[in-house]
Amino acid sequence: MQMSLRKPGARPGFRASFQSFGVARRGLMAVGAGVLLAFTPPAFAGGELNLYSSRHYDTDERLYEEFTEKTGIKINRIEDKASALMSRMEAEGANSPADVLLTVDIGRLWAAEKDGLLQAIKSDVLDDAIPSNLRDPEGHWYGFSTRARVIFYDKEKVANPPQTYQELADPKYKGMVCTRSGSNIYMLSLLSGLIEHVGEDKAKAWAAGVYANRARDPEGGDTDQLRGIASGECAIAISNTYYFARALRKDVRDLSGMTDKIGIVFPNQDSFGAHVNISGGGVAKHAPNAENAVAFLEYLAGKDAQNYFAAGNDEYPVVSGVAKSASVSQLGDFKADTQALDKLGENQAKAQMIYDEVGYQ
Amino acid sequence: MTFETSSDRSGASYTARAGTAPQSGNNWLGFLALAVAILLIVPVAWVAFSIFAEDKGTLAHLAQTVLPDYVANTLVLILGVGIGVLIVGTSTAWLVVMCEFPGRRFFEWALIVPLAIPAYIIAYAYTDILSHPGIVQSTLRELTGWGPRDYWFPNIRSLGGAMAMFIFVLYPYVYLLARNAFLEQSTCYTDVSRTLGRTAFQTFRQISLPLARPALAGGVTLALMETLADFGTVAHFGVHTFTTGIYRAWLSMDDLVAAGQLATMLLAVVLTVVLVERAARRQAKFHHSRRVGEFFRCPLSGARAWLAILACSTPVLLGFVLPVVILINLSYVDGHDLFTQRYATLIGNSLKLGFLAALAAVAPALILAYAARLAAGPVTRAAVRMANLGYAVPGSVIAVGILMPLATFDNAVDAFMQATFGISTGLLLTGSLAALVFAYVVRFMAVALTTVEASLAKIPDAMDDAARSLGESRFGTLRRIHMPLLSGGLMTAGLIVFIDVMKELPATLILRPFNYDTLAVQAYRLASDERLAQASTPSLVLVAAGLIPVILLSRRIMATRVGRRTEVR
Repeated sequence: MQMSLRKPGARPGFRASFQSFGVARRGLMAVGAGVLLAFTPPAFAGGELNLYSSRHYDTDERLYEEFTEKTGIKINRIEDKASALMSRMEAEGANSPADVLLTVDIGRLWAAEKDGLLQAIKSDVLDDAIPSNLRDPEGHWYGFSTRARVIFYDKEKVANPPQTYQELADPKYKGMVCTRSGSNIYMLSLLSGLIEHVGEDKAKAWAAGVYANRARDPEGGDTDQLRGIASGECAIAISNTYYFARALRKDVRDLSGMTDKIGIVFPNQDSFGAHVNISGGGVAKHAPNAENAVAFLEYLAGKDAQNYFAAGNDEYPVVSGVAKSASVSQLGDFKADTQALDKLGENQAKAQMIYDEVGYQ
Repeated sequence: MTFETSSDRSGASYTARAGTAPQSGNNWLGFLALAVAILLIVPVAWVAFSIFAEDKGTLAHLAQTVLPDYVANTLVLILGVGIGVLIVGTSTAWLVVMCEFPGRRFFEWALIVPLAIPAYIIAYAYTDILSHPGIVQSTLRELTGWGPRDYWFPNIRSLGGAMAMFIFVLYPYVYLLARNAFLEQSTCYTDVSRTLGRTAFQTFRQISLPLARPALAGGVTLALMETLADFGTVAHFGVHTFTTGIYRAWLSMDDLVAAGQLATMLLAVVLTVVLVERAARRQAKFHHSRRVGEFFRCPLSGARAWLAILACSTPVLLGFVLPVVILINLSYVDGHDLFTQRYATLIGNSLKLGFLAALAAVAPALILAYAARLAAGPVTRAAVRMANLGYAVPGSVIAVGILMPLATFDNAVDAFMQATFGISTGLLLTGSLAALVFAYVVRFMAVALTTVEASLAKIPDAMDDAARSLGESRFGTLRRIHMPLLSGGLMTAGLIVFIDVMKELPATLILRPFNYDTLAVQAYRLASDERLAQASTPSLVLVAAGLIPVILLSRRIMATRVGRRTEVR
């Protein structure tokens, strides 16, 4: 029954006491919400893990299946935007069934920690496997793969592509630059990082400059910016690495045949390095199956899981010694920005204000 | 409009009546309706209460920067969509009801088929062919040798593009209600009008249109509320509307309070418009007892017939055929394998939710509509109007408005049970299908209520009076007179809710139980990962599954033809 799977680990004896009240419970439910009986899922014998995830990649399913095979722990999941999942956790409060929250951006993880939705855990396995700049020092969240947000350009049209993020605002690229909307989380994180490196005023001037250089009003996702280069609308585009790597690995409509036309620049290699974000997760504050949750995160940091988790979405694995997938290797090596990731979350609202103030749509 | 009191009970009557005062014996109905309405209003009220909370300064920031533009965009959008759906829905309904031309019987049901396609999916489809490197511009460039910047091409990802998408899929709301209204109208008025020398068009403009006003207003209101609540389509097109502002406050600024406040402003505007429109026609009641005389369709031939065919086929082609062809092509290129256990489950889940929600929505809609007709004091009336509001709130926001009170209730029960009996009940409702179905009822009550009210309004008060004076009780009148007359309307209401639930996304995403995916969720997963080609498979299945209720609906429609229905009305 639904309730009996809530907290088997957290409250020993709970189930036993509950079963003795089985009749009373049924009576209560019949009175209070009789329909519910028909709706409650069947009970599971083994341990469980309840996953709230904003990842949405088909390859993750294999990852979860393998975890279940290895540990016998069944994974239940709900997928939605991170903000929605966080609202649900907040509403559910101490009775929340969530064990693990997975997001595709540090900004949300940071907010989840700040809102008290995550608990600090201690795991030597995680601390050894994951570089310290990609996890919370207190253990609230951990990054399990990284992606860089970099510059792509049309090799024919752009002889001297911008080598830094700052150069994107240079008037010599007027009418050439394509990006997605300023309210997109990846654009927010990029600006949040810049605010930390160059200060708020310069970051604002940068946003205004890039917008002034736009080839068209922001529209679509990252893949659409890359397609913009392929089709000739854009000479320069900002995109996450995995969208381009995906087009190298498999057929992405209206892009895959054109990848030779597109060049890649990892920006700021002589200064702070290319902007990097994580896909990561943490253990929920009120996790009923906290032990399983830690086991799951440790599994994600294992070598096999890293292959699925990173390669499945053409991302960079975080654990050293895990090989990059073929498509990701093609992009080349680069120097990544190692600034503390929580700054990206901290500056996010400020970044949105800046985009709004300069009229970046 | 110069119709005055006329109480010819045999023809269509357009009676001016003072508002019926609540009668004794109807109190229980009033209370029941009030209770139902309050239950439905709780989530909206929860959102509205945010106006008493302190936001993080987000509202002031948005108001100073982007909000004026968003408001302007929204106004242009709803004005365009409103005019568009009114013209398309009314003109096609008029043609299929009043005129005879080749293919009329086909168009009569085909015109509602676009209802099966969610606006965000039609947006994916059109973006695929109209933006470069889609087939249209690629072909154009090949034929002419033009480069990317040598020519002007309308950008589908624009305010105008969004407007077109909404008109393509939302006009059936107006069509459905307008068609019904035209069918119900007595031929007496139109015959008299024609005899007195008015042209067909003048008759349409001066007689039929004013008589159909409640239906048209209902249809346009539904279309506009859905437009206001949309985020998927406008976000895909990069068009910033008021809803963008709500999401920006919530997702980017992490300020749910400000988001709630913005949503409340939106609601206030919607409520005002709805009430003003109602007040403007409060003096009149629009029911038509029964049709007299033989119904005569004006035959069209030659150029006029072709024009009628063109007018009826264009919405079907643009709103259904073309997008489906694009999706089929996409899924052929890079789709998922359809014949898997996974898709069977997805289809099952979508149909199950639609069915449960349709069942769950009709009963409260009937109670509310019936109370508004019989037992309405001003409080009940207002409550019934407010029970509609869930439709205009963006799905995610209403979902949070449902989540919070539900979880609060669950936690309170849990705390009570722990304190009293030492047992934990956990979350009883939150995360259950019951919560999700409740969310759908809140969200789509407007759809159910509009339909039920429209069909209830067609039963003249005289019939109630007759039944009552012959000794039938209130309940007996409902059971033996109204229910048989209403069954069709209830069925229609249920089917439209069914269709809407299958398309619904944001509330499903946030409120569903573990491991519970639907076709809409699957389409969204793939599309949000920028894999539109693969998203075409669940989209197509969604459309196909959505066709089931649409076909049932169209069968109902074919049943309400003139001639078959003269016996009772």
